[in-house]
Amino acid sequence: MATAVETKPVVGVSRPPREGFRVFTAAIATLVPLILLLIVATLVVQAMPAIKQFGLGFLTGTDWNPVTDTFGALPAIFGTVATSFLALALALPVGVAVAIVLAEPGYTRIRGIVGTGVELLAAIPSVVYGIWALYVLGPWSYEHLEAPIADHATFITWLSSPAVRSLFNAGLVLAVMVLPTLTAISRDVIKAVPRGMKENAVALGATWWETTWRVILPSARAGIFGATILALGRALGETIAVTMIIGNAFVIPHSIFQPAYTLSSVIANEFTEATGTLYPAALVELGLVLIVVTLVVNVVALLLVRSTSGEARRAA
Amino acid sequence: MSRNSRRRFASRTWLAVLYVLTVVALIPLGLVLWFTVLKGLPSVIHPQFFLNVELPPCEPRCPAVSNAGVGHAIVGSGIMVGLASLMGIPVGILGGIFLAEYSYARWAGWVRLASDVLVGTPSIAIGLFAYAFLVVPLHHFSALSGSVALSVLMLPIVVRTTEGAVALIPSGLRESGLALGLPRWRVSLQLILPAAAPGVITGALLAVARAGGETAPLLFTAFGAHILEWDPSGPMQALPLTVFKYALLPYKSLQDQAWGAALVLIVLVLGINLVSRYVLRRQIALAGQL
Repeated sequence: MATAVETKPVVGVSRPPREGFRVFTAAIATLVPLILLLIVATLVVQAMPAIKQFGLGFLTGTDWNPVTDTFGALPAIFGTVATSFLALALALPVGVAVAIVLAEPGYTRIRGIVGTGVELLAAIPSVVYGIWALYVLGPWSYEHLEAPIADHATFITWLSSPAVRSLFNAGLVLAVMVLPTLTAISRDVIKAVPRGMKENAVALGATWWETTWRVILPSARAGIFGATILALGRALGETIAVTMIIGNAFVIPHSIFQPAYTLSSVIANEFTEATGTLYPAALVELGLVLIVVTLVVNVVALLLVRSTSGEARRAA
Repeated sequence: MSRNSRRRFASRTWLAVLYVLTVVALIPLGLVLWFTVLKGLPSVIHPQFFLNVELPPCEPRCPAVSNAGVGHAIVGSGIMVGLASLMGIPVGILGGIFLAEYSYARWAGWVRLASDVLVGTPSIAIGLFAYAFLVVPLHHFSALSGSVALSVLMLPIVVRTTEGAVALIPSGLRESGLALGLPRWRVSLQLILPAAAPGVITGALLAVARAGGETAPLLFTAFGAHILEWDPSGPMQALPLTVFKYALLPYKSLQDQAWGAALVLIVLVLGINLVSRYVLRRQIALAGQL
């Protein structure tokens, strides 16, 4: 056709596609991994004096004395791990229960309100949890949980000598704080279980509970595990609320009702007052231990959650 | 009881247990809100609370109406979160556009993983990073270093929510733009981004709310101040710092200020969250129409 021959080709088509915008946004996006690497590198550099001085003994030392320049991180590591696992033990059953309820069909409005409520728990600033734990939750737990348990279990030493500011209360407030993470991801994973599996179970005559317990939860298991580990990462790194309620005692307590310390709390309390070279470096090394552990935990959790939602998508 | 009725009974019992646990999960939210309002309201009902700066503790008893306030902390939080937004939000939006528009790129997978990891990075470690990067070279605490720490916190949140919002836009819009001969950057920034605006704004609001409530990164960057400060190159007070420091002091008058500041904080943060939820719902409706 004559007209088609006369029409000039569209300019852009004959040229290779321009990549400027792609390169530009990719460069901007690269800032995210770059900052992550920079954070880790900075902490390594700042912690170097302490790393050189103490080596691996830093992780197993139990003495923390700025006057004599002896620093060991074990009590803080113990406190961080103990509060986090306590929090998960308390939050896991509740979180999965809420996730199952939210993933059920029907009553969308009520489920929406409940879901919003649980998500708002994640929005409350850590410091507000802290002041609440210090003046409300701590005294209540001391009177109604710690003291009665300690009275009835006098023969168990790790459940003795209750205190308002304690490792147990820190675990309690952490449990509330990680609940939204646990619930939101578990709900998505449970929702991603192929509908057919549930329908098959119901068609075979399984009750609602048998379907949930024997069919849905087993196929969502890996994802819920991933959600748990992600929540663990949040609990390990939480600073302010824990600092306000844990009692700040640099010891491995003989009882969970006694004051303790966590990695992040030590940094929050002592860093601005640290003088010399070794003391601040030791504090930064605590931060380094913390960030390395949370990085590993987070990457593992993310890969787990991703692989299960990918599996569910393939199965569907 | 026959076997089947036992099974039905077990099923109903477990259902009841799960509903009870769901209610249990909501109790802490109610308790935190209730006690913050209860203990914070007496301080907050005086208008001076928002204007005045803090006073030294008056012990053993303060006059019934104390003139102390958190005006300096509100100004400080505003300045620092504002500066952090200026740094974190534009970068986050462009990063999010990259992830959504070039989601097939291999590099996008790594960026995605890095942002998810950065969201979970302990905020105290980000504070240490800002300290080493800005406070040490400048030899003094500054609100600016606090803003940088907060912007690092905000960045991954903005990236991921922008990506989500852009990915919601049907590809027909992008294809029509490209078919008209528009260059890729104009399609992304002038067609897709406006259509995704409500979702992007949601992400920015959530990031602002998160940054406004953070204490740990400010402890050794902004440090805190007892007077009204406007200069971001010096130390500055912030609302979360007020709550953290005064709650732990043994003076009733300062503890009351801490509760008041906590109430202001929680109203702001929850308000922003609820607004952003509403905006997000509009985005999903809008994307459905396109």
